[in-house]
This record gives sequence, C-alpha cells and structure tokens, in this order.
Amino acid sequence: MSAELAQSKLTANTPMPPERLLEVKELKKYFPIRKGFFKSVVGQVRSVDGVTFHLNQGETLGLVGESGCGKTTTSRCLLHAINPTSGEIRYRQADGQLVDVTQLATDQLRPLRREMQMIFQDPFASLNPRMNLLDLVGEPLLVNGVANRKERSDRVADLLRLVGLRPEYMRRFPHAFSGGQRQRIVIARALALNPRLVVADEPVSALDVSVQAQVLNLLLDLQEQLKLTYLFVAHDLSVVRHISDRVAVMYVGRIVEMSPTDELFLAPKHPYTAALLSAVPVADPRIRSKMQPLEGDVPSPSDPPSGCHFHPRCAFATDLCRQQAPDLEEVQPNHFVACHRQAELALTGVSEPI
Amino acid sequence: MTNQPLLEVRDLQTVFELDEGIVKAVDGVSFDVYSGKVLGIVGESGCGKSVTIKSVLRLIEKPGRIANGAIRFRSKILGNSSAEMIDLVHLPAKSAQLRALRGNEIALIPQEPMAAFSPVHTIGNQLMEVIHLHQQVSDDEAKKIAVTRLKEVGVPNPESAMDRYSWELSGGLRQRAMIGMALTCNPLLLIADEPTTAIDVTTQAQVLSLLRKLQQEHQTSIIFITHDLGVIAQLADDVVVMYLGKVMESGPVDQIFHNPQHPYTRALLRSIPTVHTKNRSRLPTISGSIPHPFQKRTGCPFVARCQEALPQQRCSNQAPVLKAINEHQSVSCFLHEEEVNVC
Repeated sequence: MSAELAQSKLTANTPMPPERLLEVKELKKYFPIRKGFFKSVVGQVRSVDGVTFHLNQGETLGLVGESGCGKTTTSRCLLHAINPTSGEIRYRQADGQLVDVTQLATDQLRPLRREMQMIFQDPFASLNPRMNLLDLVGEPLLVNGVANRKERSDRVADLLRLVGLRPEYMRRFPHAFSGGQRQRIVIARALALNPRLVVADEPVSALDVSVQAQVLNLLLDLQEQLKLTYLFVAHDLSVVRHISDRVAVMYVGRIVEMSPTDELFLAPKHPYTAALLSAVPVADPRIRSKMQPLEGDVPSPSDPPSGCHFHPRCAFATDLCRQQAPDLEEVQPNHFVACHRQAELALTGVSEPI
Repeated sequence: MTNQPLLEVRDLQTVFELDEGIVKAVDGVSFDVYSGKVLGIVGESGCGKSVTIKSVLRLIEKPGRIANGAIRFRSKILGNSSAEMIDLVHLPAKSAQLRALRGNEIALIPQEPMAAFSPVHTIGNQLMEVIHLHQQVSDDEAKKIAVTRLKEVGVPNPESAMDRYSWELSGGLRQRAMIGMALTCNPLLLIADEPTTAIDVTTQAQVLSLLRKLQQEHQTSIIFITHDLGVIAQLADDVVVMYLGKVMESGPVDQIFHNPQHPYTRALLRSIPTVHTKNRSRLPTISGSIPHPFQKRTGCPFVARCQEALPQQRCSNQAPVLKAINEHQSVSCFLHEEEVNVC
C-alpha cells in the first residue's frame, strides 16, 4: 500500500455505522465560467453545492430532481468520473477498509472502479455499434485481466443469462436488439466485474412503458440475487417510488429532503417535494385537476437565489427563507429536511397505495 | 353541430416502400375528432401515432405514401358550407389549399421546441411570419397579435420575448412560445405530438394546465399524442389505443381506464408504475418486445405478447377488426366477439 493511500485512509478513519456502504459529506462541484481572451473565470456554476447523504448496503436510494438540479453531476462525482471541487466521499471497500474516494489518484482508483459501476441512460448511445455482445460485455473483463478468451466468453454467457438474454446472441451487434434488450446488455456489462455499488443514471427513461416494467423488475431481482446497492437517479417519480427504499430530492445543487420512500410520498415535509408530487399526472381520469403547477422556472445554478433556493417559487416563503439557507436536519428518525418552516407546514403527498 | 365530427379519419393506410420491404406504419386507422374535445392517441414507440398525424397534415414524404383511406376535415375556408367535409387525401400535395390549411385551421405543436424553432430568427419574427402567411395585416397589427398570443400562453414580458431567440428561453418558455405560435391563427384543430416528453414534471404540469385552459376558452379540438397514460388521463376526453399501426381500442377516457376491453390496454395499464404503488413490488409486465415492423404477420398484431389469446391459433391466423361494442367504445379483438356469441 502506498503512503498516499494510507494517508487518505487516515483522513477517513472516523467511524461509519457498519451498515453504511458510502457516505457523502458536503460534496461540491463547481464548474468555472470563463470569458474573454485570457479565459478568466467570471463565475461558477454551482452544480452540486454541499450535498450530504449516505447509502446503506443492499438498499436503493432514489435521487430525484428536475433537469439541471445536479443529480447526474452528483452521481458522476461518486464514481470519480469527474473530480469534485470539495467534500468527502467515504466508501467501505469489500475488505472493510474505509477510503475517501476524492483523495485517491487515478491508479489507486482502478481497483475501486471494479466495485462501482454505472448504468447509463440511453442504451442507443452507450453501446458501440461496431462491437458485438461478446466484446461489449467482455471488455471490462479484458481490461481487468481476464485474458483467456474461453473464460471470458463463458462469463459473458453467464451474464447474458443473468439479465434474461440468450447466450447464443453473443456474436450479434447492438443494432439487432430492441431498446429494452439493449438496456439489458448495458446492465450485463455493468455487472461483469461483480460490483457492489451500481449507479444507475435514468436507466429506464429512454424505454417504452411496457419494457420499462421489465427492466425495473430485472433490477429488483438482480439486487436481491447479487446483494447490490443502487443509487438510482431519475426524474420520474413513479419509477422512483417503485424501486427505492429511500429517496433524496434535489433542487439547484442541494438536497432538500431525504427520507424512506413511503414517508416521502405520503407525508412530504418540504414544499418543493409536495409541489413535485402534485405535478405528477395521475393515471386516472376520475382524479383530475389536482395539478397545481409551480410558477416560474428552475433558477440557474450559476446565479441561484439567496437563502433557500426554492423561496421565489415557494408559497410559504418568509423573510428568513430569503436571507438564510436552511440546513438539512433530521426532523424524524431517517427523515431529513432543509426547510425553515417544516414544523409548521402541513403538506399533503399522494394518496395511499391503491 | 356538436355531434358532427370536425375530423373523420377512415381506414387510413400509410405505407413506406423501402428496399427491405413495405412497412405498413399505419394500417387501417379510423377515428373521429369532435369540436371542442381532446382526443388522446396512446401507444408505444413505433405504433404509428406520429405517422398518423403526419398523414392528417399531409406531411408524409417519400418513400412513404398514403395508400388508402379518407381524412375528412370540416374546413371553414375551403368548404362551401359548414356541412361539407373536405377529404384531405384528395388535395394535391404542396397545393395552395393545403398550405392555407396548415398552420391556420390545423396547427401542430411538435415534440421538440428546440428543434422546431429556427435558431437564427427571433421568436417574434417566426410568429409574425405565420400571421402574415394567413392574414392580410400590417406589420404593426401582426406584432400586436403575436404579443397578445404570447401573453395568453403566459410568457412573462411578451414584448421583450418577441426580440429573443429560441435558445435564450428555458424549456418551459420555449414550449409556451411554441403553443402561442400554434394558436396564432385560432386553429380549429390543434395537434400536439408529445409536447411534454422533453420537459420536467413541474413544467409539464404548467403546459398541461395551459392547454386545458386554452382549449376551454377557444373551444379548440386537440389531438394529443403521448405514451404517458397519466397525461392522457388528465387531459383527454376520448382515447385511441394504437399498437403496430392498428387501433386496438377506442372510447371515452373513463371507459378506457376503468373498463378496458382489449388485452393490450389492460396490460398497458397494469404495467405502468405509479406514485401510488407500494415500493419494491414487482410490476406485472407485458412479455416480449414490440415486433420489428418488417416482420410479416397475419392475425392480431398483439398475439405474440397476449396472455388471453384464444385457442386453436385463431388470433394468429385471422386479424380481428375494430368493432363497436357499445355506443362509445370500439375494440379490435376476437375475445369480445366470443363473449357476444356466448350471450
């Protein structure tokens, strides 16, 4: 073990509850805005602005929010696909050691990358059309040292069977498969190295409804079978309700509410969560016109409003909300809210499960 | 008057003649649109919903063509009397008559407003172009109409929005401007092709309530195309469910959601996750995937994925036709015939 690695483990030696796989503290990612001939920095896009959450082993955390709220940036920072500006991402390795992902150098990240994998949004864009399934799914194996061709094709066959595809299709190219089947290929590839954490960035939003259900069921089955932990990034609240144990809601770079799924949907405590829930069209013509659309647009993360970022669109905003940003506080066991007025507000969620 | 449809589509067939074979993208579709009502067309990708409305607008380009059927529209400017219906299929392509219709009496809200607006012309420019095409007005008057329309669809500061470019607006504003543009000439029929798929839920809610408000104020008929059953349930009066170019079921929205008759409609409704489902429960799915359009098929298009297919291969050998099962609802399925026979 190198000295730096030991150092990074030292910084991460404060205890983490044993059920936790990952802890993110005050994660920030700013992108500079450059202007002029000398490309001087004139501002910052605060994509992720102090995000704190944790992932327990074997659970699914849904991360929801509107486009531009920083959910994808957060997920990419977890895998160190982009370098976070500041903050801490503590991860418990398979051998029980804690590491701070943000402190690791590229070569130290390599072994970690086997444990953390990603499923991308668009299966039409994330598969190379010139590679057949054996190459696509086998590539992570090859990169990580499974050089024997026979061994590799056996493993690929196993993986394809695991995700419900026939191993005979191994020599075919992605164009021969439908959207749902392609997403299965992407999932097989993500599972090739037996990961422990899978970050799924909108894995079903590009699929048709009838196929969406198949892929969601597959993800649930695989989680049970392989004891996977999911970070499930999505904008579709019904999908998130379906698959998540807990849900975190993001708004302009910050988490505004995080709680167990049913609690969040039935009794939201943040006005933004409630507004988001009421905006979902209910698939029942007898329950109409409950939609109370939020006024205005999502503010730009390069110039967010003062205080609570949600105050210009919030019906309950006070002067305090305009001046001071609320902290994310645990108001009930496992229920975190960032709102000054959460105690006095009585917000309604969706109706009970039908 | 209200009982007479504004648009009648009968047995529409649109085919694409490709080197690999003929794709029947729309294969015998019939529906009516009544004035002041919203017709929702639902279906998965590739079911022919977009081709259907492109056929109505006569925007099908080679190698595609309308092979058969009638699209009768009650036009005010082309028809001699209000009772007469014009068959759009028989109007010559690129004719002045069609141009007079498009954007004037039939308007389209496309799926991607970013792609639909020109990035090098201002919003105002593009709105005024439509007005000049269809109305004999001066520049000042056209500008006034355009500003009123933008105000109507809830664009803040419409005067300054006129001078801006589409890429300067946010997704929701852009879609509003698009709706404003579609409404400039007070169309009789508004066709919305998945107008909310590219935007967020909160913006979607804004756009939907705007559409509903405008529809009630102007008594415009809307054909709303989407794959989101929630949106259909909230907006539509009547629903057409399509699968592989055919109408599987059609009827009033309440019947479709609460008394679906076709196995495909039932399966589709079961398989959508909703915010009301218990978390971490398995969803009932439709097995298999949508067949490839080149695949030759006889019989019902849904048979391979249908759980209720009849014995003795009847569903795969013979194609059912769309039949009215009561005053409002029509279904294309043998199951229903069987039930009638039993009775």
